[in-house]
Amino acid sequence: MNLEFTPEEIEFRKEVRAFIEENYPERLRGVGLREDLSRDDMLAWHRILGEKGWSVPSWPEEYGGTDWTPTQKYIWSEENARMDTIMPLPFGASMVGPVIYTFGSEEMKARHLPGIREGKVWWCQGYSEPGAGSDLASLKTTAVRDGDHYVINGQKTWTTLAQHADWGFFLCRTDPNASKPQEGISFILADMNTPGIEVKPIKTIDGGVEVNETWLTDVRVPVENLVGEENKGWTYAKFLLAHERSGIAGVARSKRGVERLRNIASTELLEGKPLIQDDDFIRKIGQLEIDLTALEFTELRTLAGEAQGKGPGPESSILKVKGTEIQQRLTELTLEAVGHYGHPYFRGFPEDGSNEFPIGPDYAHQAAPSYFNMRKTSIYGGSNEIQRNIITKMILGL
Amino acid sequence: MDFNFSEEQTMIRDSLARLLRDQYDFETRRKVAESDTGWRPEMWQQFAELGLLGAAFSEDDGGLGGNAIDSMIIMEEFGKALVVEPYVPTVVCAGGFLKHAGTAAQKEEHLTAIIGGESVFAFAYAEPRGRYDLHDLETTARKDGGGYVLNGHKAVVIGAPWASHLIVTARTSGERRDRDGISVFIVEKGADGITTRDYPTVDGRRASEVYFENVSVPADAMIGEEGKALPLIERVVDEATAAVCAEATGAMGVAQTMTVEYSRQRKQFGVAIGKFQVLQHRMVDMFMEHEQSISMTYMATLKLDEDDVARKKAVSGAKVRIGQGGRFVGQEAVQIHGGMGMTDELAIGHYFKRLTMIDSEFGNVDYHMRRYTALSGEGQKVAAE
Repeated sequence: MNLEFTPEEIEFRKEVRAFIEENYPERLRGVGLREDLSRDDMLAWHRILGEKGWSVPSWPEEYGGTDWTPTQKYIWSEENARMDTIMPLPFGASMVGPVIYTFGSEEMKARHLPGIREGKVWWCQGYSEPGAGSDLASLKTTAVRDGDHYVINGQKTWTTLAQHADWGFFLCRTDPNASKPQEGISFILADMNTPGIEVKPIKTIDGGVEVNETWLTDVRVPVENLVGEENKGWTYAKFLLAHERSGIAGVARSKRGVERLRNIASTELLEGKPLIQDDDFIRKIGQLEIDLTALEFTELRTLAGEAQGKGPGPESSILKVKGTEIQQRLTELTLEAVGHYGHPYFRGFPEDGSNEFPIGPDYAHQAAPSYFNMRKTSIYGGSNEIQRNIITKMILGL
Repeated sequence: MDFNFSEEQTMIRDSLARLLRDQYDFETRRKVAESDTGWRPEMWQQFAELGLLGAAFSEDDGGLGGNAIDSMIIMEEFGKALVVEPYVPTVVCAGGFLKHAGTAAQKEEHLTAIIGGESVFAFAYAEPRGRYDLHDLETTARKDGGGYVLNGHKAVVIGAPWASHLIVTARTSGERRDRDGISVFIVEKGADGITTRDYPTVDGRRASEVYFENVSVPADAMIGEEGKALPLIERVVDEATAAVCAEATGAMGVAQTMTVEYSRQRKQFGVAIGKFQVLQHRMVDMFMEHEQSISMTYMATLKLDEDDVARKKAVSGAKVRIGQGGRFVGQEAVQIHGGMGMTDELAIGHYFKRLTMIDSEFGNVDYHMRRYTALSGEGQKVAAE
């Protein structure tokens, strides 16, 4: 056991850092991911990485991934967090991509993997429904075989960034008479331009329109868009969720967030002294940092296990629960730190290109929206209560 | 970075686990704890024979060439079995002082005897008014001819009733709370002028109040430099803190699995209580606390040889997390065991007691949170740089 980086790893860090500094688009520096960015801006870094061969480092090399060790991946996330880069969105790169290369046909791999890898095709996820949230297996959207097509009918919801999507992956019921609800589900890909798909924005409490309702009415999808076998979709869906969870800890980003929080707390004053000198506040930051360190080493242990061929298993549920709790506490403390200037509502004000001064310090503008937005994290990807159910069953064996 | 244990380390863990399974079951442990002596010198000899007492020392020092990771493994296994024998005071504390600052003669005399199981040490550092501050010392060591004369009162010296020797921190100059002027001595427990009041502790160990009245020690009883010992003491105490973190981790894991097991057996309302989601989620939280504690123990142990600031932050961070985790796991374990958790008969309450006492060993959550936050700002380097 040791925490040292090898000379090769130190060299790798230099290489990665230099690449990011030279190639990350100037206009996106310091911007951070926001849903009011243009589609091209959100994909810009993904495309640059695609050309370099670094857009999907965890994929097998034969599909355009890398042979990076867990330590290299750790360095990679740290260096990207250092520059606040807008990373490839998860829906293609870490959700449907791994499902396709693991369970899809050769034809499907050839057709879809390059577009995901290169950041040319935008994917969205059709899992949740109005009546099927945590109880995902109760989903009602149907896909009925009709010749060479499936005809899909139903409604999906919380379809993140579907307004930009070219393709979607949908869980649909193909066997309404299966003995268990999990058994009659299929995993189907659909071109979002297919007639009958309608995407309607849902405005959320942070003022954003990140998520959508997706209505599917007599949507005809060719049968070759079925992933793997019919009625086996639940297996693929669970595989995807386990993959999603392991990236969800967000350690490097949260470390950056703590640094930003420290800077804010060094600027804000309490009783004439920097807030960061206040015993109560510094203790909250300290607790956050300590919990983040525990998460970081738990993730490193998980990655080390994966490198030895274990996982990602149910342990990744810990990363999801603790990672999201920390992301939430971070935005909560940031909102606390900015005090009065958490109140003004900034979306679209002042308008782009206007000469008006913004109100309050720059660092306060996103504080409240981020806080409200991040409440989603303990709900999505299998709510944190569902994660506890998974650990109960898979690890405690109860 | 590497999170794998070496073959030798895995062997130590396995052979120790086997020994404890065979000879350190809960009933035996309870009988021993309630006996007159409160420990088993013959068990200590077995630890020596297994190489446990020398595992963490270099070959030059007569050890097996290991390091703090070996102590971590040993302490985690000790935590699982609630071992009472004084590994931390003898091997980690006394051994640590000798390893870092002992002269060749001191090592020759004492380290050899520690590794061989012949000498048993207690670490007399705490004082009635000092709380967790290592430099808040009223015990004095006055220069007298070629040696020193010690006077003072050391509080709750764990393992002292079993010890042949004491490591004593004392003030050779300065005022009560000065950081300068502190020295460390090796003192034979039978030396003239030492009196003790021995007593059991709530978690099944033994400790003493130790009084020094004009105790004369020779000059070569001092480890390290006169008056400059605080950084050395801080380092050794950090190593001891990491070791009790490992112990807590072992104890937490057992408390958690015992609780899950109990919830499978115990029926109420016609079903096993482990079927109730409200209890399931609490047991999951216990599981997660244990996992986070393992992570923090690794982290702190692996950073023990970094610079002072990095080491202190790592150890304090771990002790905070583990103090909180140990309290949570212990309290929930008793709650889920219900009335049975309150009984002396079941092991679970004994794990709870040990976990509770670990929090106030070498500084509790509040103490370490203060130390952690005071150090943030300095040494606030991004890992990337």
